[in-house]
Amino acid sequence: MVKITIDGRPIEVTESTTILQAAKLLNISIPTLCHHPKLTPFGGCRLCIVEVKGMPKPVTACTTTVSNGMEVTTYSPYLEELRKTVLELILSDHPNDCMVCEQAGSCKLQDLAYDYGIRENRYEGERRIYPNRDGNPFIERDLEKCILCGRCVKVCDEVQGVEAIDFGYRGFRSKICTNYEEDLECEFCGQCVSVCPTGALTGKQWKKKGRKGGQVEVETTCPYCGTGCNITAHVKENEILKITSKEQTWNEGWLCVKGRFGYRFVQSPERLKRPLIKRNGKFEEASWDEALDHVARRLSEIKEKHGADSIGGLSSARCTNEENYAFQKLIRAGIGTNNVDHCARL
Amino acid sequence: MQKNNIEIRVCMGTGGIASGGAEVLDAFRREIESSGIRASVRENCSTHRVGCRGLCAKDVLVDVAIDDEKVTYQYIKPDMVSRIVKEHVLENTPVTEWTVGEEYHNFHKKQVKVVLSDCGRLDPESIDDYIAADGYEAARNVFTSWTPEQVIAEMKASGLRGRGGAGFPTGTKWELARANVNDDKYIVCNADEGDPGAFMDRAVIEGNPHSVIEGMLIGAFAIGSKKGYVYIRAEYPLAVDRLRLAIREATERGFLGKKIFGSELDFEIAVKLGAGAFVCGEETALIASIEGQRGMPRSKPPFPVNKGLWQKPTVINNVETLANIPYIMRKGATWFASYGTEKSKGTKVFALTGKIMNTGLIEVPMGITLQEIIYDIGGGIEGGKKLKAVQTGGPSGGCIPADMLDLNVDYESLAKVGSIVGSGGMIVLNEDDCMVNMAKYFIQFTQEESCGKCVPCRVGTKRLLEIMERVTTGQGKESDLELLEALSASIKVTSLCGLGQTAPNPVLSTLKYFREEFEAHIRDKKCPAKVCKELIIYSVIEDACKGCGACLRACPAGAITGEKKKPHRIDPEICIRCGACFDVCKFKSVGRD
Ligand SMILES: Cc1cc2nc3c(=O)[nH]c(=O)nc-3n(C[C@H](O)[C@H](O)[C@H](O)COP(=O)(O)O)c2cc1C
Ligand code: SF4
Ligand code: SF4
Ligand code: SF4
Ligand code: FES
Repeated sequence: MVKITIDGRPIEVTESTTILQAAKLLNISIPTLCHHPKLTPFGGCRLCIVEVKGMPKPVTACTTTVSNGMEVTTYSPYLEELRKTVLELILSDHPNDCMVCEQAGSCKLQDLAYDYGIRENRYEGERRIYPNRDGNPFIERDLEKCILCGRCVKVCDEVQGVEAIDFGYRGFRSKICTNYEEDLECEFCGQCVSVCPTGALTGKQWKKKGRKGGQVEVETTCPYCGTGCNITAHVKENEILKITSKEQTWNEGWLCVKGRFGYRFVQSPERLKRPLIKRNGKFEEASWDEALDHVARRLSEIKEKHGADSIGGLSSARCTNEENYAFQKLIRAGIGTNNVDHCARL
Repeated sequence: MQKNNIEIRVCMGTGGIASGGAEVLDAFRREIESSGIRASVRENCSTHRVGCRGLCAKDVLVDVAIDDEKVTYQYIKPDMVSRIVKEHVLENTPVTEWTVGEEYHNFHKKQVKVVLSDCGRLDPESIDDYIAADGYEAARNVFTSWTPEQVIAEMKASGLRGRGGAGFPTGTKWELARANVNDDKYIVCNADEGDPGAFMDRAVIEGNPHSVIEGMLIGAFAIGSKKGYVYIRAEYPLAVDRLRLAIREATERGFLGKKIFGSELDFEIAVKLGAGAFVCGEETALIASIEGQRGMPRSKPPFPVNKGLWQKPTVINNVETLANIPYIMRKGATWFASYGTEKSKGTKVFALTGKIMNTGLIEVPMGITLQEIIYDIGGGIEGGKKLKAVQTGGPSGGCIPADMLDLNVDYESLAKVGSIVGSGGMIVLNEDDCMVNMAKYFIQFTQEESCGKCVPCRVGTKRLLEIMERVTTGQGKESDLELLEALSASIKVTSLCGLGQTAPNPVLSTLKYFREEFEAHIRDKKCPAKVCKELIIYSVIEDACKGCGACLRACPAGAITGEKKKPHRIDPEICIRCGACFDVCKFKSVGRD
């Protein structure tokens, strides 16, 4: 264990703790942009600089681990001036788009610009212009708004293991690129969208569906598989606008393409809400009792006539473990055949 | 009759080859083989290809040494060879009209050659040459009768500091790596050499690759490493070839590989080619690059000696640092420490370029004055013009004004005046150089080479460059000077790696010593050195113009009008400021202001 003080307040933490993590334990907030608690530290935005007694110049809190006796100062006029310059530099290369940006209201950059009251910018200059848009169906990549924090690159590599994107070019032209700068072609898990602090990565499906105002957040569980990720449905006027997941869930906020983007079936007019029974060559709505009776009767007839092995059961990854257990029991013990399988085995 | 021992050495570094060194060497060999000459000089005449000796401007340089009597020829072409062979090699009368002049000897007089001592003497493609010159003796000694601790103590006693830029004591670096107990440790030779205009490391590898390998071997012994890498830029094909050949030869002789010199120790070296990114010379970016990642630096600590390549303890040393080591181990730390100043020991290689008579590669003892370098070794300023400043340390360095010529060249003294020794670039500037433009050039370089990871460097240097562009095109504002200073200060303290942290140095040091040049650009919209195109106005001096029409014909933009024998006129709106009229006018009737 290591003893340090942050802004005069003592704390004892393990050796591998970063200054940023230690500060968080003390509820001291340090501005950050590129840092993400679940990803390896990057150290690119330079906003989290703090002063450490005895060090010749400020260090980044997100990358510096504590050492015994460290005395850290997180706020001083000098640090605030440096942070402000960094923000000015970021904003000098950022479209002034907040009025129409999807992310407004939940954008970390916007929040910081607000906190630091940045209106005039001493460093106006050329901006990166990227007219080409990505043609994929899920993810809007507006790289003019990208601040190159690297979070998307890291989540894609460290969490998703896909490595679909990486830094390309050098200097002012540096850019997050796909392979050969073609349209994104990946799992479309949208993890990158979920970690992007700005409006550079957003979901095409919820474009222009409204920003935060008027939405309610409904906590629920993803229906797609037995993993059961916790999700948050953002609902407005009884319509799901988007799905996100929170960092403090057991799935750490990570989701796959189905959980994140595959929610529109809920509102689909074609969605099955009641059982259908085919009568005279046409599907007709029926009650659950009718339907279950029908299935039970027909299965018994088939078993009687052709034997149990003429029946097979195929279960689904969308069911829970318990449901799948019950299902195979039904097929094996109830019907009496070993013809039972599961879609996830394919 | 007693035959003399005759050696012919042809310079075949990149400079020598570019000037036709290979053809000259061929010509010598053909001449000697043919027409029975071989018989008359018998086996005592040998021809050698050697590395750069520094004065590339006079290539192809050829030494003809008869016994110990060495004569050096300059600007040799293949058709001059037969006369040299006939008169000098056979009849022992040098062809004096082709031999080097006084400046060649002056160029070498104040130099002290350690790292370059065998460059220009040995054939870099022959391990036997190196061995004959005591090569690999130091390594053999170390492997057979020293302890690692003794080697480290010797390195510390020598006072050798890293030649890659930062000047960190090599012995201490090795000691830190030694202290880290780990089965896998690495020693990496940094041959990325990305500073514009620098070619010290290239010359060392092209001229004496075995000295670098031997240095790595000794380092590997000291820290306990089984595997080394040389990270070298792919733009150095000759150096890469010679290095690979040298590694192959050293492996064949058992100096690399298993159970080296009969010990229980193994060591091998792999060559990794860099793709020419300046930032990949930074050690953490270099590590990422070897690992197959994009060359982007990361925060330190952890330092490479603790967590380097593949997360293992790693020593990264510069080429020149490593090439010093066999000589230190051969001649002793005391001998090495006898050169230099109290805190900067030994010698340093510099690439001397710019407006100087003798451009080339020099090796001088630390602490030598700028005066001695520029006037005694460099032969003074080109064209008898006035010295304005010396730029050292490339894009991370700064400029030293002409009135500080008695400054000692060592780590401390240069740092005190706001520059650095750096990796060894030294650009001499005269009255025709615009300091603002020079600073702009370096900022442009660092901006393009920024890895893009951190904001102050990626965006900040872009804004610095934009301000510098404003100033050099006459759009600068009075407030720009303060903005330059404020932004530079922020970039220096907030950037992640050395590239960004030092990028503003050229701007800051020119602002410090040549502020009035900035002011002239901003207030008077004038470039005193007449370099910044947008601030130059060309006009015809009517009284002096003879109306010959030469300028009119030379102007590519059609900006000049006038009738024959009558004064011509330049339309400043159309003029593209190429200066063609200025150059072509025989009567000096085109004014440049
Ligand atoms: C942007 C940047 C570029 C660098 N380029 C080189 C280089 O080309 N060669 C080199 O030896 N060191 C270079 N360095 C210094 C290395 O990071 C490192 O300090 C050096 O290789 C250590 O070796 P030494 O102790 O023998 O000098 C560079 C540093 C920075 C920040
Ligand atoms: S959607 Fe998922 S796989 Fe595709 S780039 Fe983003 S993080 Fe990577
Ligand atoms: S797209 Fe978003 S997450 Fe990715 S680097 Fe840019 S700002 Fe960061
Ligand atoms: S200072 Fe420049 S080169 Fe270094 S990490 Fe930052 S952006 Fe990259
Ligand atoms: S949060 Fe630490 S550098 Fe970005």
